[in-house]
Amino acid sequence: MIIFQNVTKIYKMDDHETVAVEDINLHIHQKEFVSMVGKSGAGKSTLIKLLTGEEKPTKGKVSFGSYNVNKLKPNELPFLRRKMGVIFQDFRLLPNKNAYENVAFALEVAGRTQQEIMEFVPQALEMVGLKDKMRNFPRELSGGEKQRVAIARAMINHPDVIIADEPTGNLDPVNTWEILKLLLKINELGTTVILTTHNKDIVNSINKRVISVEDGRVIRDEEEGKYILV
Amino acid sequence: MLTTLSRVIKYGLVGFWRNGWLSTATIAIVFLVLVGFGGLIMFNSLANIVLTDIQDKIDISVYFKTEAPEDRMLEVQRSLESLPEVKSVEYISRDKALETFREQHKDDETVSQALEAIDVNPLAASLNIKARELKDYEAIAGYLEKDTFREITDKVSYTQNVGVIDRLKKIKSTVEQGGLLLIVFISLIAALIIFNTIRLAIYSNREELSVMRLVGASNFFIRGPYMVQGVVYGLIGSIMSAVVVTLGVLYSSPYVKIFVPDVNGWAYYLSNLFGFVAMQVIFGVGLGVVSSYIAVRKYLRI
Repeated sequence: MIIFQNVTKIYKMDDHETVAVEDINLHIHQKEFVSMVGKSGAGKSTLIKLLTGEEKPTKGKVSFGSYNVNKLKPNELPFLRRKMGVIFQDFRLLPNKNAYENVAFALEVAGRTQQEIMEFVPQALEMVGLKDKMRNFPRELSGGEKQRVAIARAMINHPDVIIADEPTGNLDPVNTWEILKLLLKINELGTTVILTTHNKDIVNSINKRVISVEDGRVIRDEEEGKYILV
Repeated sequence: MLTTLSRVIKYGLVGFWRNGWLSTATIAIVFLVLVGFGGLIMFNSLANIVLTDIQDKIDISVYFKTEAPEDRMLEVQRSLESLPEVKSVEYISRDKALETFREQHKDDETVSQALEAIDVNPLAASLNIKARELKDYEAIAGYLEKDTFREITDKVSYTQNVGVIDRLKKIKSTVEQGGLLLIVFISLIAALIIFNTIRLAIYSNREELSVMRLVGASNFFIRGPYMVQGVVYGLIGSIMSAVVVTLGVLYSSPYVKIFVPDVNGWAYYLSNLFGFVAMQVIFGVGLGVVSSYIAVRKYLRI
C-alpha cells in the first residue's frame, strides 16, 4: 500500500547540502503495524514528511495507494491527508478549539454533515476514554489526554493509515502504554499503523515489524523485530 | 460546498470573537487610517467647492465706445455666445450701467451732483462674460482683439484681471494635484499598515495553519475564515470612521462658513453621504480581504 522507491532527500541550505535520507526502498502492506526506530536525526521524521507530502523527495518516488505523493499539487494534498491520520509528539491540537471541536474539525474539512459530526465525534472520544472531557480546551488537558484527543482526530475519517511520529515522546510510562494500547487496538480493527519511536521497551514488547534507520539509510527490516542499539 | 461556506463564515466570526484583543487592535488601526483617508477626501472636496465658488465670481468685461450702435453690440454678444468656451454673456446697456452706478453711490452727494452737472450719461455699455474654465479667459480675451470688434470696443478688462485669474488658476491646480497625490500617499500607507497588522495576527496563528493543512483542510477552508475576519475588520472600522468623519464635518462646517459664506459643508456632505460612506467601506473591506488573502498565502505551502 505504501511504497518508497529509491527515495533520496537532500536539504539544500545556501551552499551546503545535507543528506537526510538516501536510497530508501520500503514496502508497507495494508493492516501492518510497523515500528520505525533510530536515533534523533537518523531520518525517521523525513520519511514521515515525505509520506504526508510535507516534503518532496529529491530523487525517487513515494506512493500511497493510488496516489503518487511527490506528484501531487498543493490543492490535491488535502485529499491525500484525509486518508491518513497523523499523530505528533507535540500533539498539535488547535489551541482555540475544545476537544470536541478539534476532532470535529477533521470531519468538517472533509465536508461531512453536522448530523454525522454529532454522531461520530462523541463515539471517537468515547473510544479514547475522553467522553466526559469533550468540552475541555487543550490547555485544560494533560499530555496523555491531549494525545488521546489527537488519536481520536486521526481516527475520525477512517483513514487507511495512522502515522504516529514519536507519539509517546512527551508522556510518562503509564500514558505511553495507554497510547500504545490504543494504537494496537486501531491496528486490530484493520488500519495500517506506522509508529516512529525511541522507546526500546515498547518496540521489544509488541513483536511487530521493526525498520531501523541510521544515517538516512534502512539498516535493518525485520518481521517481529527488536530495537537493537548500535 | 454550502456547508463548507457556512463553516468558513462561522469560523471567521468565532475566530474574530475569540481573538478579542487582536481584533480590537486591528479595527482600531483600520479606523484611524480610514479617518485620515475620509478626512482628506472631504477636505479636498470642500477645497474644490470653495475654489469653484470663487471662480464663479470671476468674469471679464468688454466696454464699448459710447458712440457704438446697440445692434452692433448685440451682434458681438451673439457671436460670443456661440463660442464653446463661453458660459454666459450679459449685456449691460448705458442706461442700465448708469442706474447701477446711481444705486451704488446714492448716499454720495458729490457723485450725484457731478452726474447732474455733466447732464449726459458718461458710462459706456458693456458685456459681462463668464467662461466655463479659468483657462478659457485668455482665449476669449484674444477673440475680442479682432479688428471688427476693435472699431466699437473701448477696452477689455481681462488685462486688469489677468493677475487674479492666473493666481486662482495656480491655486486650483495645486489643490487638485496635491490633494490627489496626498490621497494616493495616504492610501498606500493605510494599505501597508493594515496589511502588516493582519499579517501579524496571522503570523501568531501559523502553527494552527500547518495543523489544519496536515488534517486535510483545503486552502479555501483555511484562508476563508481569515478573509471573513478581514471583512469584519474593514466593515466595523469603516463604519466607525464614517461616524467620526460625519461628526467632524457637522462640527467644522460652521467654521468653514465663516471663511467662505456661500459654502455649506454639512449640506454638501449630506448630499454625498452615501458616496462617502460607500467609499470608506469599500476601501476598508477591500484592504482587509486582500491583506488576509496575501498574508495567509505564505503558510499554505505545506
